[in-house]
Amino acid sequence: MIAESGHYALVLALGLALIQSIVPIIGARWRDAALMNVARSTALAQLLFVAASFAALVTLHVTSDFSVANVYENSHSLKPLLYKITGVWGNHEGSMLLWVSILALFGGLVAAFGNNLPLSLRAHVLAVQAWVASAFYLFILITSNPFLRIANPPIEGRDLNPVLQDIGLAVHPPMLYLGYVGFSISFSFAVAALLEGKIDAAWARWVRPWTLMAWIFLTLGIAMGSYWAYYELGWGGWWFWDPVENASLMPWLAGTALLHSALVMEKRNALKVWTVLLSILTFSLSLLGTFLVRSGVLTSVHAFATDPTRGVFILLILFVFIGGSLSLYAWRAPTLKQGGLFAPISREGALVLNNLLLTTACATVFIGTLYPLALEVLTGEKISVGAPFFNFTFAPLFVPLLLAVPFGPLLAWKRGDLLGAAQRLMVAGIVALVAIAVVFAWTYGGATLAPLAIGLAAFVIMGALCDLAERIALFRIPLSLSLRRARGLPRATWGTAFAHAGLGVALIGIVCETTWNSEYIGSMKPDDVARVAGYELRLDGLNPRQGPNFREMVAQFTVTRDGEKVSVMTPSKRNFTTRGASTTEAALLTRGASQLYISLGDASADGTIAVRIYHKPLVLMIWWGPVLMAFGGLLSLSDRRLRVGAPKPAKAAARALQAAE
Amino acid sequence: MTRKQRRLTLIGCALAVLAIAAGLVLNALRDSIVFFSTPSMVAEKHLGPGKRFRLGGLVEQGSLKRGDNLAVTFTVGDGGATLPVAYKGILPDLFREGQGVIAEGALDAGGVFRADTVLAKHDETYMPKDVADALKKQGHWKDDYGKKPNNMPSASAAPTQGAMR
Repeated sequence: MIAESGHYALVLALGLALIQSIVPIIGARWRDAALMNVARSTALAQLLFVAASFAALVTLHVTSDFSVANVYENSHSLKPLLYKITGVWGNHEGSMLLWVSILALFGGLVAAFGNNLPLSLRAHVLAVQAWVASAFYLFILITSNPFLRIANPPIEGRDLNPVLQDIGLAVHPPMLYLGYVGFSISFSFAVAALLEGKIDAAWARWVRPWTLMAWIFLTLGIAMGSYWAYYELGWGGWWFWDPVENASLMPWLAGTALLHSALVMEKRNALKVWTVLLSILTFSLSLLGTFLVRSGVLTSVHAFATDPTRGVFILLILFVFIGGSLSLYAWRAPTLKQGGLFAPISREGALVLNNLLLTTACATVFIGTLYPLALEVLTGEKISVGAPFFNFTFAPLFVPLLLAVPFGPLLAWKRGDLLGAAQRLMVAGIVALVAIAVVFAWTYGGATLAPLAIGLAAFVIMGALCDLAERIALFRIPLSLSLRRARGLPRATWGTAFAHAGLGVALIGIVCETTWNSEYIGSMKPDDVARVAGYELRLDGLNPRQGPNFREMVAQFTVTRDGEKVSVMTPSKRNFTTRGASTTEAALLTRGASQLYISLGDASADGTIAVRIYHKPLVLMIWWGPVLMAFGGLLSLSDRRLRVGAPKPAKAAARALQAAE
Repeated sequence: MTRKQRRLTLIGCALAVLAIAAGLVLNALRDSIVFFSTPSMVAEKHLGPGKRFRLGGLVEQGSLKRGDNLAVTFTVGDGGATLPVAYKGILPDLFREGQGVIAEGALDAGGVFRADTVLAKHDETYMPKDVADALKKQGHWKDDYGKKPNNMPSASAAPTQGAMR
């Protein structure tokens, strides 16, 4: 009964989406307010029905109803409750349902909070949103219905892929989807602007918070996914340039560019046409990511399913939306008026440079990801484009970008003073040089590029602090006055500083981890001692243990440093009986920002076990960086200037206070 | 600066960045891509020692031998030809005899494939796509490779586990 109701709710949502696709557009043509207002109610009703459908699937999973194929294939009655819930989106059908639920959520948010939008703009935005939604409802209902029943229900399910039985699955996909799908709002706004043929700074003021919100989630989602891969896969790697990872990185790069170009548009009313194009491209790349992951065209850990009908269907969606929106852009963009002149050296100029480098970097990732696919389709030859390709193309493009980051906020709008900015960045430059010298002397004879990269990171971080110091006139006026100024600074300024500093922090982590990572690989028997980076790890013994739906072999290591006991680490190897699959649970020991990492290999008959031990210096900074960036984004989002609409500051602030309580 | 000069500066910058990026991409595509081969293709093409490639196929039954200090050797076959592989390190969780595998490395002078990476990026029901395609092409594809494992008898679940629900 629950499965059927869930299915039915989804069909109703499709019906509502179809109405929402057409009626508001007609209303806008006829200037009929009643028809345009249909969009609002249908968007909210759609959210209600999709939410009901999603809740139905969650209920089926929680109650282990194995008469439903999706539950049978991905669940097990003995699975812990958390994984029963997260298992809902740990498979193709469920994750697509999560995708549309989030799409409906964003549509509902625009409908609910868009009261101060011009009526026809809101109608258009929600209609475009409904086009996307209809396509994906159809996709789910035709090719990947999660509510299919099995004629002869089995007693027990086949369990979830063991690699996915982790807390990471609870956080990573929803975050990532909130990011991916969040960009649909800026897409809908862009297409709506093209349809209406008018675009202004108010439009950018609307688009920027939504983009920012999506960007925050995507940043956190990618960082979370990277950390998950790091501890779960047992290889100690945190980024593999795997097509699936690239699929999430591309919208992030384009979205970051969009965030910055929307700023120019909002403040200076320039770069309009470009901002619209970026909005379209960013969501197109999100769709492409969905296609890459969901169609199974890739050989990758994430591709659970290989079913050509799905691939073709998503490819069709991809063509219609990307092709359609780009054609619309080519047709209508010339009618949008350009405005706001600026000199090449100015804040706008710096943001253009940022956009140029980010989109080019995005393009290299795009080529590296799709070239093997294209070559295979065209010539049948199979190649793999691995990490070296991206290191040689992506990294050189990011170096000038990072060098330019501290200059941007210090340049004035319209016409900037590069020399003045350089003078104000003197402190940052000196700190960077000192950092290079110190690291170089410390690791003398080691890598030559690493100290330079650390210097660059120091420059980015100090540059962000210099900008803040400059704005509050630190050390030039009494400290109390500076503090008062600091409190008065717009939150967006703080946000910028945090986000930019986050880049530097992540870079330090990346450089340290890749350059000074030390490892030990060997087979150990009880009482053997391994030495890694000044730590001594003694294998105390191996003990079998029984978990809820797996058996595991736990190895216990005592970690000592200079004869003093530091801690005990217990990596394990789990065997999931239902699928006959095993996973490696790595043990992590955090010391400051550095980590010790142990993962186990196979045990052999003579009582030894293969062991891999890493010492990863400052590795945690890789993820602290993105968290800082997201925090910066959050600060910026809470800035009054950006609060959605915010026509009456006092009232809006009061409302936000109430909401916070 | 006139409006035209400004625009030209902008376009010039954009072109410069794009040209640099194109150069980097072309250069990297020449040097850092790796081709995929099966043992039969290796035999046909006479790949020389030292050239890096990805080897895909099935791990032959009974060929896995473990040596000292994590050295392992096994044979990869595709039904037509076989190739001995040597690897040092920990094999992935999903590595099994009779299952698909992808190894990256190069042939040595003795015709042994020295792998520095062994991937088994697939679960029990899923072959690496490259391997499956290559096997299908050579007519060695057995449908049961892709089949899902038999349903486990649920009655065997221990009562102690049941109590933990």
